Amino acid sequence: MTSSATPSKAAKKSCCCSLPLFSSPIGRKWIVAITGIVLVLFVIGHLLGNLSIFVGPDAMNSYAAFLKSTGEILWVVRIVLLACVVLHIWFTITLWRENLAARPQKYAVKNDLGTTVYARLMRISGLTVLAFVLYHLAQFTWEAFNPEYKTWVDEQGRHDVYRMVVTAFSCPFVSGFYILAVGLLGMHLSHGIASLFQTLGITTEKLRPVFEKGGLIIAWIIFLGFASIPTAVMFGFVKLPASLPACPFCH
Amino acid sequence: MSTMNFHLRLWKQKSATDKGEFIKIHATEIPSECSFLEMLDIVNNRLTREGKEPVSFASDCREGICGTCHMVINGVPQGPGRGAACQVYMRKFENGQTITVEPFRVGAFPIVKDLVVNRSAYDRIIRSGGFISEHTGGAPDASTSLIPKPVADAAMDAAACIGCGACAAACPNSSPMLFVGAKVTHLGLLPQGQAERKSRARNMVRTMQEEGFGNCSNYYACEAVCPANVPASVIAMLNREYIRGEVSEAVGAID
Amino acid sequence: MILDAKIPEGPIEKKWTSFKNNAKLISPANKRKFKVIVVGTGLAGSSASATLAELGYQVETFCFHDSARRAHSIAAQGGINAAKNYQNDGDSVWRLFYDTIKGGDFRAREANVYRLAEVSGNIIDECVSQGVPFAREYGGELTNRSFGGAQVSRTFYAKGQTGQQLLLGAYSALSAQIGLGRVTMHESSEMLDLVLVDGHAKGIVTRDLITGEIKTHAADTVLLCTGGYSNVYYLSTNARGSNVTATWRAYKRGAAFANPCYTQIHPTCIPVAGDYQSKLTLMSESLRNDGRVWVPKQKGDARLPQDIPEEERDYYLERKYPSYGNLAPRDIASRSAKEVCDEGRGVGPGGLGVYLDFSASIDRLGEKTIRERYGNLFEMYHNITGESAYERPMRIYPAVHYTMGGLWVDYNLMSTIPGLHVLGEANFSDHGANRLGASALMQGLSDGYFVIPNTLGEYLSTQFGKKVSTDMPEFKKTETEARAHVEKLLAVKGNVPVDEFHRQLGLIIWDECGMARSEAGLKKAIADIRALRERFWKEVAIPGTGAELNQSLERAGRVADFLEFGELMCIDALTREESCGGHFRIEHQTPEGEALRHDDKFAEVYAWMFQGQNNDPELVREPLHYEAVHLATRSYK
Ligand SMILES: Cc1cc2nc3c(=O)[nH]c(=O)nc-3n(C[C@H](O)[C@H](O)[C@H](O)COP(=O)(O)OP(=O)(O)OC[C@H]3O[C@@H](n4cnc5c(N)ncnc54)[C@H](O)[C@@H]3O)c2cc1C
Ligand code: HEM
Ligand code: HEM
Ligand code: SF4
Ligand code: F3S
Ligand code: FES
Repeated sequence: MTSSATPSKAAKKSCCCSLPLFSSPIGRKWIVAITGIVLVLFVIGHLLGNLSIFVGPDAMNSYAAFLKSTGEILWVVRIVLLACVVLHIWFTITLWRENLAARPQKYAVKNDLGTTVYARLMRISGLTVLAFVLYHLAQFTWEAFNPEYKTWVDEQGRHDVYRMVVTAFSCPFVSGFYILAVGLLGMHLSHGIASLFQTLGITTEKLRPVFEKGGLIIAWIIFLGFASIPTAVMFGFVKLPASLPACPFCH
Repeated sequence: MSTMNFHLRLWKQKSATDKGEFIKIHATEIPSECSFLEMLDIVNNRLTREGKEPVSFASDCREGICGTCHMVINGVPQGPGRGAACQVYMRKFENGQTITVEPFRVGAFPIVKDLVVNRSAYDRIIRSGGFISEHTGGAPDASTSLIPKPVADAAMDAAACIGCGACAAACPNSSPMLFVGAKVTHLGLLPQGQAERKSRARNMVRTMQEEGFGNCSNYYACEAVCPANVPASVIAMLNREYIRGEVSEAVGAID
Repeated sequence: MILDAKIPEGPIEKKWTSFKNNAKLISPANKRKFKVIVVGTGLAGSSASATLAELGYQVETFCFHDSARRAHSIAAQGGINAAKNYQNDGDSVWRLFYDTIKGGDFRAREANVYRLAEVSGNIIDECVSQGVPFAREYGGELTNRSFGGAQVSRTFYAKGQTGQQLLLGAYSALSAQIGLGRVTMHESSEMLDLVLVDGHAKGIVTRDLITGEIKTHAADTVLLCTGGYSNVYYLSTNARGSNVTATWRAYKRGAAFANPCYTQIHPTCIPVAGDYQSKLTLMSESLRNDGRVWVPKQKGDARLPQDIPEEERDYYLERKYPSYGNLAPRDIASRSAKEVCDEGRGVGPGGLGVYLDFSASIDRLGEKTIRERYGNLFEMYHNITGESAYERPMRIYPAVHYTMGGLWVDYNLMSTIPGLHVLGEANFSDHGANRLGASALMQGLSDGYFVIPNTLGEYLSTQFGKKVSTDMPEFKKTETEARAHVEKLLAVKGNVPVDEFHRQLGLIIWDECGMARSEAGLKKAIADIRALRERFWKEVAIPGTGAELNQSLERAGRVADFLEFGELMCIDALTREESCGGHFRIEHQTPEGEALRHDDKFAEVYAWMFQGQNNDPELVREPLHYEAVHLATRSYK
């Protein structure tokens, strides 16, 4: 066997896709991590906003109205979020494809070798969350399933988001799906949050357990926080004024 | 001295292009004190006596330092316990147990024969930057730069890598980041390594990609099997060093 | 034939400087025209390849390993000596020189050893600038440890992995040159023969271990850096692949083999546990600092060690060498262990072992301290033997570790074949009859980084315009011969595995040419080896073909050479009728049983020249002149 200088199978070159940031293994992981941070921050913010449901219809509806009133800013945020979701998914998928190709033949005996189930399920959990988000947008933002949501306004003339959410969650299927989805989101973040510190090169041997525990705690908080809303509706802790009808699907 | 019996499933494959398969061998009367590779020696010598071809596997130092041995024992690259395959002893197994031995399955490590794979991709990664460019005779006195003990120790821990390839073999993505990170960390921590710090990470990662390895998803399976106990924090260091290298090249920064 | 060592004139301190001042230089433009073949990528080969490539030579490097980084040098644990005197404890070039000469029992060449001591400091500088992570103090300074045979602390180390770190340094320098295209690296390529053109070494024949392809390679000079031959004993601390093939084939082409009987046996290794065993593991000598060596007083005492009362134990090293006790030098400690085992007082399987007992130290210092000092060694011992040395004494036994003999070279590291240079453990040059700990690494790197770059010009400056190519008939002829050798092995088609012959050869040599040698034993060994060799060529089994990865074939080629080499070793041991260093002839000992040198007759190098397969080799002597030091008898009482 003879080998001389490093072989140079020049990397595919075309426009800005060939920039190391977008083509190298580590550059792409940085994008996944940074978009991941943005998404996590959104999720946390969204959770805090949604928890206003426990304060009462007025709090939640005024919070929603406030968001609407921000106008262009809301659109900027939406565009940024959309870009992050697209980049996050696009690069995880390109990395994933290469990873599959790098192991053409599988092992006959499988062994998890210390990897966590959260880490192994990243793609599944991520894609489920994506499917959930699409459903969720269709449900609450585009109000595509129940166009009547658009017409619901509260006493002060604001969009009655409270009624919409509680109505939706009073259906056990919807609630069940939400809980499942946020469960997977929690799993995604159980690995994701600690992982992003490693990707960004912040982790040290000492800090790793801190990030791992911290990530797990945050993931649980996010899961429990979101899950508490459908649960509370189902168990009747949060309910509609008696005059209003319940789940639109079930009847 | 007691003896043991095992049911072995050993991978046979004539060449990279051949389709391999497991052969089953009932290995009887194996001394319980012997090492895993000595058990394979015994099996091979029996096959030879029967006029059959032995199963090729690589080894040299047989004390865990040269990195020559490489195989996957019951799904674990380099076998159960810490250390290389040559440091596995038969008393770690149950009498009568079935043991499956297969080669490293990494696209960038093509199979040579049976359990032997070609790991020269690791050499090419080193050639692209895993060194300090200096020439013999040009060195200043060894005591010129003081290196605090914790730094020297951390550099040593990373430098302990034996280049065995188990990290890529264990990684679900076939990623060699632990190996690359070990070298980048070892040289990046030392004052002597500063001059080429940025280009080193850049070039090594580029070669790693060209060789067809996968990318790191922070699974840490590599760390769990590494016979040299290289910690996964070297991957964090590599992630940092690499971006720093690319950014400074992109903006034309001298430092 | 007269061996001209080409030692420069002048006082010993000036020889190397004056050599360099007068050495033949090759201009940069001409260096590019010269091609150098380097066989081996251990410390010697990697450092030489990298340095010569940096200088501008075209270098082609070969090793049988699948990566240059796996050469056996990687396994060295303890450390590397250098006369830096960073500890301010009175070290100097002179002291390192003197310790090495004395350690070698006054059988090494003064001028070479002095040069080694002189460049030792530069090696450390070089390694540090390559990024070798030597151990340091909290303040950042380099630290040192003390090692056998010296009263100063001059050993640099990197945990218990000094050889690994030094080799990785040299490998990285080599890798940089390969990356730049200045070295062409041939891994998994085993040298099968040396090609001579007009009596000069001008190329080699190799077999690609993966494809089986046999090929020739031409160059202006050949450097052999192929390590030592400890594996002639089958069981040794060396890696499985370490072999004598390259140097033996060179010998058969006309290179003199010097002092083959000088071998070093290390006292503290894990004993052999059974005949399946493939290799012996070294346990650091440092264990003897806190362990007491003993065996039962009674023959065949089968009791467990803890059941043997104090008064029935024989702490034989403490008894025989009250002042050095358990810290007696390697050769003496090894031989004493053999004696008590020969008396039937050995412990463990086969009675080949002695106890190294830590219980007194554990009582005195506490288990915690012992764990801190030797934890990793105890763990290694536990992993291999399944026994805990905290609970019961370790069992240790000597094992072959290093070979001082090798191809004869002059001051320029050139063998008796013009153009064939030999570096590292493969040559015989610097350690005499016994090597001090931590000085093999030093020698390998000194040869590769600092000596050969300066001495190569002496030969190459005579070779302008003498281009050779692999099309020449000499290459074709040698290639055909090498091919025939491989085919002859494959044609035997017997049914005895190669390992079987190797193990038997090892037993013969270990018994008769190991720690103690006698005339009758050596004669018997020679006869036994011949018989075994004959059986080998009738019965060896090599399944598979030559055109693929065939590990039986690889091993068979190496064992075939060991089977020839072993005989030469015994002949040398038989001829050297004295005891010195690692060579102990039982006929030559003091009344107390210590080695007895005969300086009047044997202060010389024995170099053997091949005279044809069926003839006795010719002995050529190089007298050793001691101008700077006085010959003295070692005493450790
Ligand atoms: C367990 C152990 C511990 C040791 N500890 C120490 C220590 O603490 N301090 C110390 O100073 N010394 C120590 N030594 C000794 C020292 O390690 C060796 O003497 C030294 O490393 C030899 O280096 P080398 O370059 O000459 O050969 P090696 O490192 O043996 O390299 C030989 C090279 O030649 C190649 N090769 C061999 N034959 C062929 C062939 N036929 N064709 C092609 N290539 C071939 C091999 O591939 C390899 O690359 C130790 C030795 C052992 C066994
Ligand atoms: C709300 C949505 C999401 C959030 C908050 C989120 C968050 C994160 C975070 C923080 C990481 C860690 C990044 C790193 O290790 O550097 C990550 C990684 C990952 N995400 Fe998401 N993610 C989301 C959606 C998705 C979706 C829809 C997918 C679908 C494929 C996905 C797939 C992945 C994968 C595969 C990784 C691991 C990448 C790797 O390590 O190679 N994520 N995500
Ligand atoms: C129980 C849990 C949740 C509730 C009650 C909830 C509620 C809502 C409501 C009411 C809206 C519409 C706001 C408006 O139109 O004014 C909304 C929008 C949205 N939600 Fe949720 N949500 C939940 C969980 C999630 C989760 C887990 C995610 C993401 C992973 C998510 C992502 C989004 C997004 C992306 C929007 C669109 C924001 C925009 O308009 O730009 N939601 N959610
Ligand atoms: S990092 Fe560990 S597993 Fe990877 S090559 Fe080095 S020693 Fe082997
Ligand atoms: S297992 Fe693979 S994913 Fe990264 S942390 Fe190790 S390289
Ligand atoms: S044979 Fe050297 S590490 Fe296993």
